[in-house]
Amino acid sequence: MIFIVLVLISALVIPYLNIALPADHALHVQDYLVALAGKFLCYAMLAVSLNLVWGYCGILSLGHGAFFALGGYAMGMYLMRQIGSRGVYGNPTLPDFMVFLNYKELPWFWYGFDQFWFAALMVVLVPGALAFVFGWFAFRSRVSGVYLSIITQAMTYALLLAFFRNDMGFGGNNGLTDFKDILGFNIQTRETRASLFAFSAVFLALFLFTTAYITRSRFGKLLVATRDAESRTRFLGYRPEKVKLFVWTLSAVMAGIAGALYVPQVGIINPGEFAPANSIEIVIWTAVGGRGTIVGPVIGAVLVNGGKSLFTGWFPEYWLFVLGALFVGTTLLLPKGIVGTASDFWQSLRRRRARRGGPQSPSTPASDSVPQPAE
Amino acid sequence: MRRTFHQIIFLLTVLMSLAFTSMASAGEVEDIIAEFAAAKSFKKVEAVIDKLSALGDPAAAPALRALSEGKLKFRKSDGLVLIVEDAASGLTLKDPISSAPVEAANATSKDFKKVKVKNSLRRKIAAVLSGMTLQSPSVERRLAAAQTIFETSDASALSTLEAALENEQDDAVRQVFLDARAAAILSSPRSEAEKSSAIQRIANRGDQRALALLSKFQGEFDGKLAAELGQAIGSIKSSLAVWANAQNIWYGMSLGSVLLLAAIGLAITFGVMGVINMAHGEMVMLGAYTTFTVQQFVGIYFPSLLPFALLFALPMAFLVSGCIGLIMERGLIRHLYGRPLETLLATWGVSLILQQTVRTIFGPTNREVSNPDWMSGAFQLGEISITWNRLWILLFAMIVFAALYFIINRTSLGLDMRAVTQNRRMAGAMGIRTSWVDALTFGLGSGIAGIAGVALSQIGNVSPNLGQSYIIDSFLVVVFGGVGNLWGTLVGAMSLGILNKFMEPYAGAVLGKVIILVMIILFIQKRPRGMFALKGRAVDA
Repeated sequence: MIFIVLVLISALVIPYLNIALPADHALHVQDYLVALAGKFLCYAMLAVSLNLVWGYCGILSLGHGAFFALGGYAMGMYLMRQIGSRGVYGNPTLPDFMVFLNYKELPWFWYGFDQFWFAALMVVLVPGALAFVFGWFAFRSRVSGVYLSIITQAMTYALLLAFFRNDMGFGGNNGLTDFKDILGFNIQTRETRASLFAFSAVFLALFLFTTAYITRSRFGKLLVATRDAESRTRFLGYRPEKVKLFVWTLSAVMAGIAGALYVPQVGIINPGEFAPANSIEIVIWTAVGGRGTIVGPVIGAVLVNGGKSLFTGWFPEYWLFVLGALFVGTTLLLPKGIVGTASDFWQSLRRRRARRGGPQSPSTPASDSVPQPAE
Repeated sequence: MRRTFHQIIFLLTVLMSLAFTSMASAGEVEDIIAEFAAAKSFKKVEAVIDKLSALGDPAAAPALRALSEGKLKFRKSDGLVLIVEDAASGLTLKDPISSAPVEAANATSKDFKKVKVKNSLRRKIAAVLSGMTLQSPSVERRLAAAQTIFETSDASALSTLEAALENEQDDAVRQVFLDARAAAILSSPRSEAEKSSAIQRIANRGDQRALALLSKFQGEFDGKLAAELGQAIGSIKSSLAVWANAQNIWYGMSLGSVLLLAAIGLAITFGVMGVINMAHGEMVMLGAYTTFTVQQFVGIYFPSLLPFALLFALPMAFLVSGCIGLIMERGLIRHLYGRPLETLLATWGVSLILQQTVRTIFGPTNREVSNPDWMSGAFQLGEISITWNRLWILLFAMIVFAALYFIINRTSLGLDMRAVTQNRRMAGAMGIRTSWVDALTFGLGSGIAGIAGVALSQIGNVSPNLGQSYIIDSFLVVVFGGVGNLWGTLVGAMSLGILNKFMEPYAGAVLGKVIILVMIILFIQKRPRGMFALKGRAVDA
């Protein structure tokens, strides 16, 4: 809860420090930092959404980048339509790349994207619908474990290939870019950027709250039960596939929203976002921070991406070594992530203090953030 | 090169003049060639060429060839026609008939004037030359000449062709001559009956060239001939379609064999240990780089053995990838036992490290692994063209499959592996050291990935990203074929390969792939454990 409040406060403070304070003020936040932090917040949202399915439900998705990118494309299409006749070719309806590729008229799936409400709806609906259909097929036939992971990876790979095609009508490998404004505000100004940052922070707080709410409810118990012993849950009369389908779809929608907030801040969306390697990177953010914890994914996403920004500045060659070592090291040495390990440590410390204070209840139940192999 | 070429021509010329004494003597050819000096316009040059053609003496071939190349020149002072080669070292003068060098001190290029030639004339010369070479003693030359006539369907060559046909002894060459004659007849003013039989003859060839030839005449005939022509084109097209399918199946099998090589190691490790090795693709990549290294090494120290470098690379690649696989299993995967999802992540980390290591050592650019002679080139089987390297890889994949099949079904390690696959705890209770079986299986799977890399280095780029391009496809093969059964992998790889190649013409390479991915996602609805799933009563948690 404290963390959520912190995120919300940052939503107000950082834009204030950026805009209201003069550039030479000691607490002034520079523009590029706002942009960077905004990007990290979107990554954090993505990690939170993955954590919901992986950390609490045991579904390791290697394709969450696909939902992120789909949300991003929906937002990108809106931003493309907003360019209007200011494009290089000056066509009032067709985006530049379509003029370039000799499109005569707007493809049907671009209709409506000139309205923000429609685009916002699509940001939610498209990833949600894909996840629902995919999850419905997968969970119904009890595809689970590594099989499911591989299939999610294949899904994002298929989308990657599809979006690379020029005749898909999504700009081919250049993607969508050269955005001008959003809701009538110029996308380049620092005020717009600061408000986008604030929106990202608010949405992140909302996602964290949602995660906390779900996992602490009765449904959350069912979620963890499904993760730890799916068959047993089924034998007890629950329907694990429905539980999974719900969080899976919800998580995809969250990823889509993260993508939609990401695109106006970085100013481009291209098929590279669908790359399977990107999706696996999301997993490592979550793992480093601590899956199955509320704030872990946020910390992981910020730490890993911050490390990446710094490290690729120093030794761009060796980043992959670090990333690879992170994968190996986290799974081997820090399976609960930073937050999980820290809270374990904190609990054992408290327990020891309690024992020293006198004979108390034998032990507090151990944290169940790691799936135990069930019989 | 050019020197020997001219020597051959010279030799031929001598032989020709001996063989066909009834034809014009060399003197006559010489007289006509001398006329080039007086031919100031294209028209006149053409007239001279016509004369040479009418004479039909191959002795004129070198001069005509030189004319086509723009090397036939005449001396301004006395009008002597010569072949002049203008090289950096100075001018070389040759006699246009004998190709013997002509001495001329201090000759400069200014002393000579080129005989005029243009592209339409060059085409004419090519046809005339082929008429002359139809009677060449070299079979290859005769075939090439006939082929040219067939493609140009040059009616003017008809008479020389028919004369050559009478003298031709070699039956295979005769057939080609007859084809060429049929082609020439089509554009000649001969009778309808002859043309009709010519169409028949060309239709019977049934290949792409015949189709191209007949299509050229579409619309030129009318009445009965036009109908026949249309029919012939139709029949060629349908037979070509059958061949195209056969070619697609071949391509598909070739792709399938590549997938099989890449996936088979993955399938056994997944079957035995239930973990997905995301670094499997990098094992393939390491095998390819081992091939590169071995080839460089052999090239430097034992150049005579270079054609067999691949054979040395096979065990090396197996060892390199197998050892790294063993190290991975002992050092990493063993500690993650029972946590398949985390194994997946950890092996992904290993794959990143391996990729970057290779990139640091060998550089990020593609490395060239050369094909040995016995693996390069192609041959034609009907209308299917088969490249040797693809054929070898198919054979190699089958050999690997058979060897693995033998190991799994006939050796004690294989027995242990099968036992662990079916029921790990029971196998352990029976005294099988499951952890050793795991390690050996992982080493074996990785080693096979290594030798797959040797094969893949022959058909693609060897780059640090090599593994990644195959990894998703090989996962799909495993998912599709099911684990714990080698036949599943074989059938999965082959059907995915063939399906892929059949989709490509209709949907394009990329969309075809997308459709196949969707199909697999739907397929595992029906059979979540693949085509050849192990039957068991286990409920996984």
